[in-house]
Amino acid sequence: MSEKVLMKGNEAIAEAAILAGCHHYFGYPITPQTEVAAYMAKRMPKIGGTFLQAESEVSAINMVIGVASTGKRVMTSSSSPGVSLKAEGISYLAGCDLPAVVVNVQRGGPGLGGIQPSQSDYFQSVKGGGHGDYHNIVLAPASVQEMASLTFKAFDLADKYSMVSMILADGTMGQMMEPVSLDAGEVNTYEKPWALTGTNCERKHNIVNSLYLKPEALDQKNFERYEKYKTIEENEVMYEEYLMDDAEICVVSFGITARVAKNAINEARAKGVKVGMIRPITLWPFPKKVLNEAADKCKAFISVEMSMGQMIEDIELAIRCKKPVYLCNRVGGMIPTPEEVLAKIDEVNENGGAF
Amino acid sequence: MEYKRITLFAGHYGSGKTNIALNYALNMKRDGKSVVIADLDIVNPYFRTKDSERELNEAGIKLISSSFASSNIDLPALPQEIYSIVDDKSDYAVMDIGGDDRGAYALGRYADSIVRENNYEMFMVINMYRPLTRDVESTLEVMQEIETACSMKFTAVVNNSNIGEETTAQDVLDSMSYADKVAKASGLPLRLTTVDKKLYNELHEKIENLMPLTLQDKIWR
Repeated sequence: MSEKVLMKGNEAIAEAAILAGCHHYFGYPITPQTEVAAYMAKRMPKIGGTFLQAESEVSAINMVIGVASTGKRVMTSSSSPGVSLKAEGISYLAGCDLPAVVVNVQRGGPGLGGIQPSQSDYFQSVKGGGHGDYHNIVLAPASVQEMASLTFKAFDLADKYSMVSMILADGTMGQMMEPVSLDAGEVNTYEKPWALTGTNCERKHNIVNSLYLKPEALDQKNFERYEKYKTIEENEVMYEEYLMDDAEICVVSFGITARVAKNAINEARAKGVKVGMIRPITLWPFPKKVLNEAADKCKAFISVEMSMGQMIEDIELAIRCKKPVYLCNRVGGMIPTPEEVLAKIDEVNENGGAF
Repeated sequence: MEYKRITLFAGHYGSGKTNIALNYALNMKRDGKSVVIADLDIVNPYFRTKDSERELNEAGIKLISSSFASSNIDLPALPQEIYSIVDDKSDYAVMDIGGDDRGAYALGRYADSIVRENNYEMFMVINMYRPLTRDVESTLEVMQEIETACSMKFTAVVNNSNIGEETTAQDVLDSMSYADKVAKASGLPLRLTTVDKKLYNELHEKIENLMPLTLQDKIWR
């Protein structure tokens, strides 16, 4: 009998979180991520965990801060407008150096936008989103299997570096159903001497706080934090290369659009066009090195996104603007079709390489 | 095949109701019936019957669906036209009910008329490879929750056990004892087992009442 089960992406995130040892979840329903909350509502009582539907996203993220302060694994999830509401709390988590997992199953924007899939929270996710100098680790799954495996990874990285890991998915990833194997492997545990677990009169009080009375101390803290970010950029970059060995055109795409692009790349290859793909799995840290190396071999890049081209800026920075970067995109809840991506590949193949 | 005037598909969300309802309606039409299909799903935002509107139109099947289905808003509203299914008894109707008890609430308001007419089949669609209905006990739990929510009783079981594109014939065969047990424990007949049409030839001599499904093409790999 198959060990795999058939899951929606949203359910895979929820179950993977539980298997990773997350027994506390706070959320508020919003399409297209509501199944995360619905699944948690069913499962958490059965394992003695906490599911709580807060009265708002703001409330939920503050509950996350509370549990994270105690050193327990904790998660919240939402979709684009809801994540904007959580931005303040995410900044506080960063300022307190607290580990937590935040899931964003993106929908169209700005504003209320729409419920159909989108990738237009790219800037919000990789550049911070809230106030202050900080980063989140941002993971971009491209299959239901990765919704699970990157959730395991997100909890591990959050604890390892004491910071927020974000799963940046899109509505299609959340809603689509695919086979998934739920093997968490070995779950690492990390010492958390800072956790608020009660002193038992045996140690000094721990304080979790993001307020620094002395500007010198806050200055120093920010520099320290950026040393940590540097380590992460050196050690935690993840990406997938697809047919890049002899590629002259490099498609860059993540999440569901990478899956569509793969379809188009296969068709272009069948016609003899030398095209490949670099799929960032971590959006922060961004796979700068491999892209920069590709820029020495390829004549042009194509960013395939469901945004107005937000990732282009990171690609151009990564390749030091050595080669042109073209855009193939749909927004507002539309997904680019393989035909649209193929047409762009053909166009760039014929005319690309020159600014 | 013998058809009741109204056929309803309900079950755990993600069990495959929409795909089966669509294929079932197309089969009915091929058997010469005049068919209406109604999307009562107020839970699922994506992958709706509405996505198959053109195919249904071409087949001459009328689709009754919320004007908000597959749009950019999730308004759980149902069109008043759904009442035509219970009022106009000249057509055969297939009703696609939303997942779980939450989806089944929407059926409640039509339940009285459907039960009074007493010419319906209500299928419980089951999939052993869905994590919350892995065993008989949890499947029966979902079944009871749905019956309570919609004030109707199931009349038969459809086994749609699959793990998506990776499903093998063996996976389907492995699910048969689960399906039989669910049927037996609920006192209902196992009326159909549904499989991707790619698996039909391999399985049709091994499984009774096997129905092939034509599934939607995906644009991603």
